[in-house]
Amino acid sequence: MSSSDEHMNLLYRQIIMDHYQHPRNKGLTGDPAYFTVHLKNPSCGDDLSVQVRLDGDRVADVRHIGDGCSICCSSSSMMSELLKGETVEQALATIEAFKHMASAEPYDADLLKEAVSLHGVAELPARVKCATLAWIAAETAIRRDAQQADEQLTRQPAAAAAPQRPAGQDETRTS
Amino acid sequence: MNEDKLKEILTCKSIDPAVRLDFPMLAVKSHGQPFAYLNNAATSLKPKPVLEAMARYYQEYGSSVFRGVDSIAYKATQAFEATRYKVKDFIGAKQAESIVFTSGATAGLNLVCHSFAAARLQPGDELVVGATEHHANYVPWQQLCKQKGARLVLAPNNERGEVTPELLESVMTDKTRLVAVCHMSNVMGAVNDLKALAAIAHRHGAYLVADGAQGIVHERPEVADWDVDFYAFSAHKIYGPTGVGVLYGKYDLLESMPPMIYGGEMIDVVDVADTTFRDPPYRFEGGTPPIAEVIGLGAALDYINSLGYCCMQQKTLQLCKRAVRGLQQNPNVEIYNPDNYFSGIVSFNVKGVHPHDAASIYDREGIQVRAGHHCAQPAMRWLRQNATLRASFAFYNNEEEADRLVTATKKAGDFLDVFF
Repeated sequence: MSSSDEHMNLLYRQIIMDHYQHPRNKGLTGDPAYFTVHLKNPSCGDDLSVQVRLDGDRVADVRHIGDGCSICCSSSSMMSELLKGETVEQALATIEAFKHMASAEPYDADLLKEAVSLHGVAELPARVKCATLAWIAAETAIRRDAQQADEQLTRQPAAAAAPQRPAGQDETRTS
Repeated sequence: MNEDKLKEILTCKSIDPAVRLDFPMLAVKSHGQPFAYLNNAATSLKPKPVLEAMARYYQEYGSSVFRGVDSIAYKATQAFEATRYKVKDFIGAKQAESIVFTSGATAGLNLVCHSFAAARLQPGDELVVGATEHHANYVPWQQLCKQKGARLVLAPNNERGEVTPELLESVMTDKTRLVAVCHMSNVMGAVNDLKALAAIAHRHGAYLVADGAQGIVHERPEVADWDVDFYAFSAHKIYGPTGVGVLYGKYDLLESMPPMIYGGEMIDVVDVADTTFRDPPYRFEGGTPPIAEVIGLGAALDYINSLGYCCMQQKTLQLCKRAVRGLQQNPNVEIYNPDNYFSGIVSFNVKGVHPHDAASIYDREGIQVRAGHHCAQPAMRWLRQNATLRASFAFYNNEEEADRLVTATKKAGDFLDVFF
């Protein structure tokens, strides 16, 4: 291993530990404008909730809370930081890039910024699901929220009958 | 476990270290190091005599059981039925007809739940379950209570993880119909005194169902003497193959139970509109059974008998004690069951390190332990942990492996190493 590799690895470790010990955007809100997805890895006990608020075609905010290993928790924190502010299209591309990185497929590292620090999980197949859990939750939240927004839009003429999103709705799915 | 039994274990002869050669898996390398298998409470390794007995069946007399009149089929049937008698002797049952082959402990417990208990549970009745049971001995009863409008009552544990007679007595009422407890907890390694618990259940007019999956490995059951009504176990935890297990039931109770799986070999007369069924145990063994696996289970019991059950217990206890003593030297380790050596199980956590992070460190060191909730979320709640690490020893492990566990645990804090 070259000294620059060693330097990068040291940096990556610091990034992971920093997110693990000081998670960004942590904690859920009761605001009904957020779409919540709760995911678990039932076999290992990782348990994560991700909240997304869309503003038009932009991911206005991402919140998360969970219980899991260093990889699961740091990955969730990085995800929240990275996706916040992206357009829906950008966010989905970033999520795709992360999933590719975790499964050792070609990916666009530029999209992932700090999250490339987790590239090592690709070599530990048993831990891939720890790293991807938050991203899958975010993807589900974004897609479902965007879909509901579309539905509401198309039903606009019958505004009185348009479905209102119930407060604190929670899509629970296990992976 | 009582003092007399412990004394007997400690004074029996030591196991020959050469037993390790009987287990091909012990020659495997993992991450360039000898594979240290410390996950025996999940499943055991299989000795050559078991593998050879199964291969012999497939290679020399592989045919279906019961159905043929030729000599090869007869040989298969004989070998298959021989296991029933070996199991009967091994667990101290009165008759071989009390031994039902199932796919494992889970299937056995579910059979009791759906075929026996469902017919006896009325709305308002109570069903008592140990508070830290494995999901296989918890969820079936929980769901049955939901269906029947019955009340699921948890029997508390003491701090060692045991359901003591006093604790069971404290939750029994005249509405209790059935008590389901494990012989040994797969998380805490605590042994329940099934004889005492069965007596209490019976005094209240209830039945006692025991999950023996973990217990049969560490304390030989005496089902007739203990007077338990049902006892379920899996072959794979006791050095036999996966895919087969046993449900022991008192014969008159088995006779009262309808079959749950209809098919070949479990019938008596099939008429156009109705069918009569064979007597137990065959009534519960519809379809072609796992023949090679049943024969493998028989070989596993022969193997255990030839080594001496007591010698296996002694070695397991010594190794677990060594590991616990070593881990106790580490100030960052919290052990949840420091006194249950005979189970071979040590459940613990390393401060500040999530069990999955730690497990990757063990993996890199060539050690397999279990990290997670161990299919016992109720037990995790009881421990107030989301997950734990569990190292579990068998008689074929050695002191070096126990020490490797202790050494690797010191490195658990470097968990990110595995990613770089």
